Amino acid sequence: MTGKTLYDKIWDAHVVREDASGSTLLYIDRHLVHEVTSPQAFEGLRLADRNLWRKASIVAVPDHNVPTTSEHRGNGTAGIDDPVAKLQIETLNDNCRDFKLTQFKIDDIRQGIVHVIGPEQGAILPGMTVVCGDSHTSTHGAFGALAHGIGTSEVEHVMATQCLIQKKMQNMQIVIKGSVAKGVTAKDIVLAIIGKIGTAGGTGYAIEFAGKGITDLSMEGRMTVCNMAIEAGARAGMIAVDQTTIDYVKGRPYSPKAEHWDTAVNQWQDLHSDSDAVFDQVISLNGAEIKPQVTWGTSPEMVLAIDKNVPDPSQEQDPVKRVAIEAALEYMGLEANQAMTDIRVDKVFIGSCTNSRIEDIREAAKLAKGAKVSSNILLAMVVPGSGLVKQQAEKEGLDKILIEAGFEWREPGCSMCLAMNADKLESGERCASTSNRNFEGRQGQGGRTHLVSPAMAVAAAIHGRFTDSRGEV
Amino acid sequence: MDKFTVHQGVVIPLDRSNVDTDAIIPKQYLKSIKRSGFGVTLFDDWRYVKAGEPDMDHSKREINTDFVLNQSRYKSGSILLSRENFGCGSSREHAVWALTDYGIRVVIAPSYADIFFNNSFKNGLLPIVLEESIVDKLFSSVADETGYSLIVNLETQQVATHDGEHYHFEIDTFRKHSLLNGLDDIGLTLQHTASIRDYEAKRQQEAPWLFYEESEG
Repeated sequence: MTGKTLYDKIWDAHVVREDASGSTLLYIDRHLVHEVTSPQAFEGLRLADRNLWRKASIVAVPDHNVPTTSEHRGNGTAGIDDPVAKLQIETLNDNCRDFKLTQFKIDDIRQGIVHVIGPEQGAILPGMTVVCGDSHTSTHGAFGALAHGIGTSEVEHVMATQCLIQKKMQNMQIVIKGSVAKGVTAKDIVLAIIGKIGTAGGTGYAIEFAGKGITDLSMEGRMTVCNMAIEAGARAGMIAVDQTTIDYVKGRPYSPKAEHWDTAVNQWQDLHSDSDAVFDQVISLNGAEIKPQVTWGTSPEMVLAIDKNVPDPSQEQDPVKRVAIEAALEYMGLEANQAMTDIRVDKVFIGSCTNSRIEDIREAAKLAKGAKVSSNILLAMVVPGSGLVKQQAEKEGLDKILIEAGFEWREPGCSMCLAMNADKLESGERCASTSNRNFEGRQGQGGRTHLVSPAMAVAAAIHGRFTDSRGEV
Repeated sequence: MDKFTVHQGVVIPLDRSNVDTDAIIPKQYLKSIKRSGFGVTLFDDWRYVKAGEPDMDHSKREINTDFVLNQSRYKSGSILLSRENFGCGSSREHAVWALTDYGIRVVIAPSYADIFFNNSFKNGLLPIVLEESIVDKLFSSVADETGYSLIVNLETQQVATHDGEHYHFEIDTFRKHSLLNGLDDIGLTLQHTASIRDYEAKRQQEAPWLFYEESEG
């Protein structure tokens, strides 16, 4: 018998039953809930007079809709100006109260982006199955967990049954061979991967990221990589458990208590693919060849290294792709063959579930220290991923460095990653953003998003255009 | 959920690849706590000239006359034809709710993003995968003939044209059964309550830390 992949192992450990067609009831250990994709699920439960199967599996938090300016955050939900957003957050409050669920409310220090606070609280543990009504749930695979985004009907299904109806996906392994160069970050690695396999390259797969370029990463970096697995089309991205994982998890509020710790760690040691495991597809990238990345188009696969030029649609043979490149250049206001380093930027956003953890803020502050945001930049903002990240950053004085350089220092939330709150681009504005999607209108109708790492975002803020962040330190 | 058996409808061509769920329904409309009312803002950024807000009277907004949904020949359309990786991006089920609320019952494309594909079945929307060459052919038929329609039969898993061509499509047996009968997934799963309880009891023995009632914090 051949060995199992990490995905096979976690899958097998969670199968409740399987029918002849392969349709499986998969048990879910952790369910993260936020305000946007849950109200209709709670309503569905009420209409059918159903209760929650296991309340303790749920951790809820408002994040997508919350304001990030301090003047709007001093007074709980009462501080929210937008009545529609306010109602949605109050609805989450009401639902959590009625169903007796744990929620980190808007004014709780533990509040933040759902994919930041889950790991921060130790609510994500190796070997778990994790779901959330949010595609970036793939983030949690960084812990050797099987985590994926679900729709609202599935949110309701998991609430009512603790199970998900699933068919097993295929296994893909993406290996980053060797270490990446100094100054190349987790964001560059994952953007390079998406550039190679495309936004649908991982559709139908669970992707395991492996190799020295991955195991060298901190947990924060690993979360950045797994977070964007969905931008390569894969619902789940994952990384094997090692000492880095175990050290991160230890001592957090939801982590195994002292009497269970050794048993847990012992079980977690097996959370890696066996040496003789067979993957349906294996893709390798040479770590040393990865350079800082910038997206130029309206899909995360439209990405290039900073030293390249914007593509020329006339060179593209595939007619569907050619049309897509032409449409993207038109929307983005770019010329074919233009140097990436000639693209000027209007706004800079550092935040989101991809890049708002303490390591990201430290990286940003390191580059911003002693520098000034360029005069052509209309707004440069840093939005920490949680109240605890913000607190830690302030303890280290990072907020002062960033403010001194000309950045705004905000309250935690999803903010301008998807612009559901007041933080958005105006039509035609160009943004260097550490978020995960550069779709048309993602950060505001007509807004132009370029996805980059925190270091590249700071470099763009300082120079007013894209530049290789490795020249900054 | 409504049953899906046979559907005949006019085809709306949306000739783009990677149509993402942000394009299907922009974020400002996700603040709603309801499941209905999203049809009028389906493809909002492409359909209207200026950005919309949830509390607007959308019937008074200036429309983008170039966009397919605003062209009279596709007004009554209920089958959306598109390109590869349809529904990529955000998991928002609002994208499916917007399509169904508008009146779309079937999407035809060469491929879909996983979460969107899955969400569709939960709402009686049938996402059909057809080969790129067939999709190409359908795009040219739609362009050639005003009011071009197709007949979709879920039971026989066929898309039929009026000139007698039939295209077979694959569908998972569980999903087909649920759609044909309009079944509620939760009700089906709860028939296995004993199995879930058994699994939980065993798992709690092995890994009690997964079943803590509350955090230490």
